[in-house]
Amino acid sequence: MPNQVVLTNVSKRFGERTILQDVSLEVEGGETVALIGPSGGGKSTLLRCINGLTMFDRGEIRVGADVLSPGGDPDAASRVRRKFGMIFQDFQLFPHLTALENVMEAPMQVLRRSKHEARELALQLLHRVGLADRAGLHPRQLSGGQKQRVAIARALAMEPRGLLCDEITSALDPELKSEVLDTLAELKAEGLTLLVVTHEIGFARRAADRVAVLAEGRVIEYGPPEQVLDRPQTERTQRFLRQVLV
Amino acid sequence: MILRSIAVILIAAAALTPLCGAAEAPLRWGADSEGGAPYIFKDPADPRSNIGFEVDLIAALEKELNRKIEFVQYSYGELTLGLERGDFDFAMNGLEVTPDRERQLRLSRPYYVYRLQLAARADDDRFSTLEQLKAIGGRAGTLDNTAASRLLTQLGIATNLYDGQAEPYQDLELGRVDAVLMDLPIAEYYARPNLKLKFVGEPFGAGAYAIAFRKDQEQLARDFDAAIVRLAASGDLERIYRKWRIWNEDQEQLSGDVQTANILADSSQGLTPDKYLPLLMDGAVMTVFISCASMALAVAIGLMVALSRLYGVWPLRAAAIGYVEFFRGIPVLLLLYMLYYGLPSLLANWGVVWRPENVFVGVLAFGLNYAAYEAEIYRAGISSIPHGQWEAAASLGMTRFTTFRRIILPQTWRVVLPPMTNDFVALFKDTSIVSVIAVVELTKQYQILAKSSLKYMEIGLATAALYLLLSVPLGYLSRWMEHRMAKG
Repeated sequence: MPNQVVLTNVSKRFGERTILQDVSLEVEGGETVALIGPSGGGKSTLLRCINGLTMFDRGEIRVGADVLSPGGDPDAASRVRRKFGMIFQDFQLFPHLTALENVMEAPMQVLRRSKHEARELALQLLHRVGLADRAGLHPRQLSGGQKQRVAIARALAMEPRGLLCDEITSALDPELKSEVLDTLAELKAEGLTLLVVTHEIGFARRAADRVAVLAEGRVIEYGPPEQVLDRPQTERTQRFLRQVLV
Repeated sequence: MILRSIAVILIAAAALTPLCGAAEAPLRWGADSEGGAPYIFKDPADPRSNIGFEVDLIAALEKELNRKIEFVQYSYGELTLGLERGDFDFAMNGLEVTPDRERQLRLSRPYYVYRLQLAARADDDRFSTLEQLKAIGGRAGTLDNTAASRLLTQLGIATNLYDGQAEPYQDLELGRVDAVLMDLPIAEYYARPNLKLKFVGEPFGAGAYAIAFRKDQEQLARDFDAAIVRLAASGDLERIYRKWRIWNEDQEQLSGDVQTANILADSSQGLTPDKYLPLLMDGAVMTVFISCASMALAVAIGLMVALSRLYGVWPLRAAAIGYVEFFRGIPVLLLLYMLYYGLPSLLANWGVVWRPENVFVGVLAFGLNYAAYEAEIYRAGISSIPHGQWEAAASLGMTRFTTFRRIILPQTWRVVLPPMTNDFVALFKDTSIVSVIAVVELTKQYQILAKSSLKYMEIGLATAALYLLLSVPLGYLSRWMEHRMAKG
């Protein structure tokens, strides 16, 4: 499957601190996987490694046919990024561009689409995330939920086979979270592979095919939501779920 | 079509140039018309032309030598430097015959014998000789690099040195110095007509003025020597010096009248706004040109230096740091002198002839200097863009270069625009120091006009108005651009 993600024994240290320790994980194409776990457990680092933004020390990550590994093909990262888009907690929209221009930029600069083509595609995507009427506004004129939906449209403009979502609702008010999570649910329906780092246990239960729990740099549980969330095997997971659900 | 005709004319002009050169080129005479009465100074009736006894003497020499002589404006203090640079063929501007000049230059026969005259404020009776001035601990003013300045130094009298002839008397009047010692012709024109000043004692210590050539111009110098002898014999010299009332100090003292020096009083009435404003405008155009060209250069170099420092390999980074520290750490004035006088003579040692135009050197010096400041502004501006912007662009598949060009740089402009505008306004005013390499920009034009008319306040206000007219809208333009960029 071209949008399958396989991690094998991935390890990453920052100085003395171990962030990821022999992480192995398989995500099928079209699957939605929720990554949950305590802060500092390595969830964000794991996503950044998959996108080639952070290089790890050992192991390998296979995205479709492309392999990321320390000292491996330096061009692999850019090929992986073409297949998987990334959405950030703090949006990182380009503040000097309008919502429409934010979405048009990468297709024009990277895929060499004509301005007209890019514009048509961007309008279509903004319509899809419910923001057709906000196309001419700059990021600072948008609410947090709207910004995050523009960011999703921006990633989708590169026609990815999957998305890496890094706590994309953490900076949002509760009423704005649902509009972003609903958008994600639609994308799942369209067959994109989704890796979602989240604290929304409700979303994980409702939308995820599988849930992975990361703590102290290791995957301590991995399975369907009803298994991991309702009958956790490890004491660490039980403790974490108690804290989150209180 | 018009462009093509211009091109044709230019080509034709270029083709004709050698033919024109076949006729004997005019000799270039270097002198300073800034406050140079009675030697050479601006005609109050027509400030575009010069008058003075040296101007008349040049006219007589033209006839005697049968050669055209054209005037080159040059700062008095730099005359010997300019002569050696070849900016003109000879210097004649009340240059005294001194042993060091005789060693360094080929001096002509003397064309005038001068004496020194001490002047004081009219109500000051504390001294009547230099010795007494020294005894009361008084301070004297005089022209830099003259016989008078050397005499004062020898006597150990505290001295203020000036570049122009008018300023010492101004400061004497204002009480900044107690006495002024200068050549009699100068004193006659600047001190005698001023009722607040008086001559102290008799003129003393005769010396001579001569025309200065380079050592390698022996033949030309001999022609001039012979011409001076003929002019003296024919009575032409006497006629000129009588006209300017500087003929023979004994006769001058016998006649003892004060009408010699109404030139300055005349000039302050003669130099009206309709005469000086067009000249100030010329200066303003030069100031604007130098500022804009320097800034363009500074932006280009500054951006390259900032990028080298941020993203370069280590030797580039080190070079960028060195660049910033060096050009930020030395005064532009020093840079101007080194580029204008130093570099050409250094290159000449290696057989390379490079004599850049003064305006070019001015733009280069300010461009290099301000590039150091711009580099730091850009570095801070680029670093201030969140790292997440780079990552967001990377995750969309953009290369680092594309990211920089399309995402980082446009955001950086918004951050750096206010400090850049500040720098530009500062640069705009700083450019006034290019006058030291004889560029006549707004401030220099002001000095020339003010000194020849003594209208320091009136012309000063007109000059200030021109500066403000140019710099204040700049501030508004920048605010408007910031506003626009914040939106867009």
